[in-house]
Amino acid sequence: MNTYYFDYASTTPVDSLVVDKMKECLSVDGAFGNSGSRSHVFGWKAEELVEEARVNVANLINCDSREIIWTSGATESDNLAIKGAAYFYSDKGKHIITSKIEHKAVLDVCRQLESESYEVTYLEPNNDGIITPESVEAALREDTVLVSLMHINNEIGVINDIEAIGKIVKQNGSIFHVDAAQSAGKIPIDIENLEVDLMSFSAHKIYGPKGIGALYVRRKPRVRLQPLFHGGGQERGIRAGTLPTHQIVGMGEAFKLAKEKMSEDFKNLFKYRDILWNGLKDMEEVYINGAIDSAFPGIFNMSFNFVEGESLIMALKNIAVSSGSACTSASLEPSYVLRALGRKDELAHSSIRFSFGRFTKEQEVKETVELVKDSVNKLREISPLWEMYQDGVDLDKIEWA
Amino acid sequence: MAYSQKVVDKFEQTLKNPEGASVGRWKPGDKDFHRVGTGIVGAPACGDVMKLQIKCENIDGTNKIVDAKFKTYGCGSAIASSGELIDMLKGKTLEEAQSISNQEIVDILELPAIKIHCSVLAEEAIHRAIDDFKSRRNND
Repeated sequence: MNTYYFDYASTTPVDSLVVDKMKECLSVDGAFGNSGSRSHVFGWKAEELVEEARVNVANLINCDSREIIWTSGATESDNLAIKGAAYFYSDKGKHIITSKIEHKAVLDVCRQLESESYEVTYLEPNNDGIITPESVEAALREDTVLVSLMHINNEIGVINDIEAIGKIVKQNGSIFHVDAAQSAGKIPIDIENLEVDLMSFSAHKIYGPKGIGALYVRRKPRVRLQPLFHGGGQERGIRAGTLPTHQIVGMGEAFKLAKEKMSEDFKNLFKYRDILWNGLKDMEEVYINGAIDSAFPGIFNMSFNFVEGESLIMALKNIAVSSGSACTSASLEPSYVLRALGRKDELAHSSIRFSFGRFTKEQEVKETVELVKDSVNKLREISPLWEMYQDGVDLDKIEWA
Repeated sequence: MAYSQKVVDKFEQTLKNPEGASVGRWKPGDKDFHRVGTGIVGAPACGDVMKLQIKCENIDGTNKIVDAKFKTYGCGSAIASSGELIDMLKGKTLEEAQSISNQEIVDILELPAIKIHCSVLAEEAIHRAIDDFKSRRNND
């Protein structure tokens, strides 16, 4: 049996159309030049391709291409956005708002800023995993310089209402940063309709190469950032470093394809999630983590109570998925995202994230339904918790050793 | 996952043929239940719960483990560690069983450092089961 890949939220394969474009930018007969070389045709050619890619990225979110800054990926974009704005506007205040279920690339940056005398408020999501506009409003202060929230959550797929939140943040005069690593190219984003000042993107989550990303930086009104990398003055001095033409061209092509294929991709993701959920929902003690109605269908996180997630992944050896179980993490802590939903820790240990994508096939999902059922049943047969549950024991009333 | 082939094999055998791998239970009311000691260790919130049962017989004045069963909720190595422990227990006296150390399980399964707690849990389970059995005998 082949191994089926259901971990698209982690990374995606590069689309072959993207690979073809990238190949043209590497060797001696291709556009290998340094886009910063102004004195010859090799540099001009590279610059042309870089700018074409910039337009492709801008088109996906309906912004001006001059508002796109190339970075090495969403982690760097998050760093540049949060530190860059916090440092530049430190005279205005040193309070930052984010949430407990952000990606580590945001949380760890905030932790760092806390050690540099910034104050950070970490918002709690509601039980569905959503950060409500009301909770943002309640946390805003006069000295709030920045609000950083994600668009689609990478673990549970829920979508934050960045349109409503943006309005509230703008009223307060604070800067709004959105991590769109999981949403760009998957659901529509129109910057014209959003009060968003900074937005992070990654190429490899949407069939582009790893190692390249971008940051949207609003021009009107202009948002200023203190650079993190200093050097040759590339990207208008905001991010120095020779531009990796092949990576940039790959990201541009991937974003262009994403725009063309978005509605078709989305329809398929919806279908796959429904096949999976309809096939599994009648099992006993199965839970959805997050809200199925308001979530992105490409990410589906569920818990099979009384079965530990890592053992389920091991049993599903021909299926590539990820888990919020402690045992799959280096820290031995269960997912902080799932814990923040207010669920019991054991449901985090029992969680599995399925994430589908452009190359997923319906038949693979159908087979997976049967494999998951079979594996969960087998693991429950050897689970003492399942045995107690079947005996009618209330597990919450037991004093565990 | 940095598991040895031994962990993978033990895990897969257990899933494929639970009965053959000594998965099961003795419950109150079963014949001979008074000769069964039960140890439950771990907690659902921590991601591991092991339940180990030993059935003992007095042979020539010494209590020997004649059979053992387990059920485990936990990661692959926790399940493999319980299965491995079960294999070691059968035929041992309680004293011999008491002296089994987690390191033996670590060595046999080649557990990675981050999974050593699974073997510790197994060692605790056998101690609990033995204590439980002894307390039952005292109540006889």
